[in-house]
Amino acid sequence: MTGIAVRPAAPDRARIGHWLQRYGVYAGVGLLLVVNTALTPHFLSVENFRTQAVQVAPVLIVALGMALAIGTEGVDLSVGAVMALSASVTALYLGYGLPGALLVVALFAAAVGLANGALVALVGVQPIVATLALMVGGRGLAQVLLPQLEDIRNPAMASLGSGDLLGVPYLILIAAGLVLLVAFAVRRTTFGRQLLAIGDNRTAAQLAGLPVKRVLMVVYVCSALLAAVAGVLATARLQASDPTSLGNLMELSAITAVVVGGTPLSGGQVRIAGTVAGAVLIQLLTATLIKHDLPPSWTQMAQAAVIVLAVYAARGRGRR
Amino acid sequence: MTTIHGTSKGAPPPAPEELLGDAPGGAAAEARAPGTGRGERLSALAQQHGALAVLVVLTAAASLGFDSFATGDNFSNMAVSSAFLAIVALGMTFVIITGGIDLSVGSLFALGGVLAAWGSRYGTVVALLLPLAVCGTIGLVNGLLIARARLAPFIVTLAAMLAARGLLLTLTDEGAETYLVAEGSFLAELGQGSTLGVAHPVWITVALFAAGAVVLRRTRFGQRVYAIGGNEDAAALMGAPVARTKITVYAVSGLLAGLAGALNAAWLASGVTILGAGMELEAIAAVVIGGTLLTGGLGFVSGSLVGVLLLKVIQNVINQIGSLDSAYQQVVSGAFLAVVVVAQTWLGRRRRVL
Repeated sequence: MTGIAVRPAAPDRARIGHWLQRYGVYAGVGLLLVVNTALTPHFLSVENFRTQAVQVAPVLIVALGMALAIGTEGVDLSVGAVMALSASVTALYLGYGLPGALLVVALFAAAVGLANGALVALVGVQPIVATLALMVGGRGLAQVLLPQLEDIRNPAMASLGSGDLLGVPYLILIAAGLVLLVAFAVRRTTFGRQLLAIGDNRTAAQLAGLPVKRVLMVVYVCSALLAAVAGVLATARLQASDPTSLGNLMELSAITAVVVGGTPLSGGQVRIAGTVAGAVLIQLLTATLIKHDLPPSWTQMAQAAVIVLAVYAARGRGRR
Repeated sequence: MTTIHGTSKGAPPPAPEELLGDAPGGAAAEARAPGTGRGERLSALAQQHGALAVLVVLTAAASLGFDSFATGDNFSNMAVSSAFLAIVALGMTFVIITGGIDLSVGSLFALGGVLAAWGSRYGTVVALLLPLAVCGTIGLVNGLLIARARLAPFIVTLAAMLAARGLLLTLTDEGAETYLVAEGSFLAELGQGSTLGVAHPVWITVALFAAGAVVLRRTRFGQRVYAIGGNEDAAALMGAPVARTKITVYAVSGLLAGLAGALNAAWLASGVTILGAGMELEAIAAVVIGGTLLTGGLGFVSGSLVGVLLLKVIQNVINQIGSLDSAYQQVVSGAFLAVVVVAQTWLGRRRRVL
C-alpha cells in the first residue's frame, strides 16, 4: 500500500475514507446490534446469538481462505464448487468412517487447490479465469460423483453438525479456531509476510528472492481446504449431501465479507478481524430483514448497497 | 460469419512504453509485434484461431460419430440456443477488451426477460423498450461507478448482479409469478418465427456481431476501446475520453444482456425468473476461449462467437452420447477452459511482462 494515492488537496475526505474503510464494518455491526436490540423482539437472547453464529460459520470459514487469496491480489471463485465436491465425497466415503472420509475430502480439496495454484503461479493465468475453470469443472465433478441429494445418517456427522461443548456448538468452536489460526499465520509467520509482500508487489517480491510460486500454491491450497471444511460442516448440519446447490454463490458471499471487512482487492493487506465482522454484518443484515418480514429480494439489494459503500470508502487506496 | 480480426493490423497507435513500464499485453505488445519472427506469428495465429480449429474438428468428428448431429434440426436448435449467449458475450467482449469485467449480465438477462414478458401486455414497443431502458440504465450506473468513481469493475458489477436479481424478485412476487408473452404478438414472432429457414434470434445475433465487428475495427470508438485496454494511462495521456468510452462499454453490455433476455423470453413465450444464473461466467468463458485476453487490449468479436458455438457444440455432443449425465458437460467445459487459458498464456508468453 502506497501513500501516493492520498491526494493532499482533500486530507479530510481522505481521512474519513480511511476511517470508514478500517472501522466502517464494526460501526455497521454495532448499528445493526443497536437497531435490533431496540426493534426486534427476542433479539438479545443466547439462543438467537447461537443461531446466528452457527449460520455464519461456513461463510466465515470460506471467507478466511478468500481473504488470503485476495491478499495476494488474486481471488478464488472455486470455493463453492469445492464445498459441493466435499459434500459428495463425504457421502461416498462415509462408509469407511468419518476420519477416512475426511482424509479423502482433504485430498480432493488439496488437488483442486493445487490445480488453481499451478494455473495461477506456474502458468501465470489470471486468478479469475483459473479458478473459474475449476469452479465449473469442480461443480460438475461433484454432480458426476453424486448425481442427487442424499440423506446422511451417521452419528458422528450428526454430532459434528449439531453437537456442542459446554453449550458452544462445534461449528462455532471450529470456526473460531480457524480464525485464530489464519490470523496467526498472516500476522506472525514468514508465510504471512511473504503473502502480503507478493500481494503488494509481485515483481518486487520476486526480485527480493521470495518463493513467490510456492507461497501462491500454498494460498490456493489453503483456500480449497478451508472451503472443504465449510462444505463438510454444512453437510453435517443439513444431514444431507447436496452437490447441486450446496455452496452456490458462496464465492460471492465470501468476497463480500472480505471486501466489506476492509481488505482491498488490490492485495498487500489482509484484515482477518474485519473479515469476521464483514461476514457477521451480512448475516445480521439478512436476519434483520427476514425478522421484519421484508422479502428476500430486499436482502440482495441491501447487500449490493453495502458492497458499493464498502468499496467506495476504500477507493483511491488500491491500484484497481 | 464475419471474420474481421482485431489484433494485428488496425491496433491502436503504440503506447509510449517508457511512460509506464508494465503495459500488459495489448498496445505495448503490438508495438513490438511487427518484424518479429515466424514463431511469434504462429503463436499469434494459434491464439486467434485455435478455438475455430477446435470447433471445426469437433463438428466434423461429431458429424461422423453421431447420425443425429449433422441434421438441419439439430443445427438450427444449436444456433438458436447459442444466439442468446452470443449476444451477451458480444457486450462482454467489449468490456473485457477495455480490461474490465461485467458480472451483472446473467441477472440483467433474467431481468430483461421478465420485463419484456411483463411489458408485452402493453404492446410490443413497451415490451422491447422497457428491458433495454432498465438494463441499459443499470449498465450505465455500472459504468459511472467504474469510470467516474474509479471502483473495481469486478466488485461494482457483482453488486449490480445482486441488485438486479433483487429487483427481478421484487417484480415477480419473490419469483412466484411468471409473466407470459402474448401469443401471436410481434414479440412472440420475433422470438419464435423464422425467415428463409433461419430463426429470427439468429438473424439478430448475426447482425449484431457484424455491427460489433465494424464498430470495434473501423470506428474511433473501437480504437479507443483497444487503447484503454492496452494501457489506460497512456490512452488518457493521448487525449482519449477514457471515462466516456468505459461508461459506453458497460452501458452497451447491460443493454445487450437485456436484449438477449427479452429475445429469450419471446422465444420461450414467458419471462422465466430463474434463468441467467451463471451466465456471466459462461459468457466470460466464451470470450476467453475465443482468444480475447482478460488483461485487455487484445481481442475480437468473431472469436467470442466461435467460443459460444464451441461451448454449445460440446454440450450437444455430450447430449448425443446420451449415456453421460449432463454434469459431465460442466467437467468438460471446465477442463476445456483450463486447457485454453494454459495454451493462451504459453502462446502469449512473449507478449507478457512478468
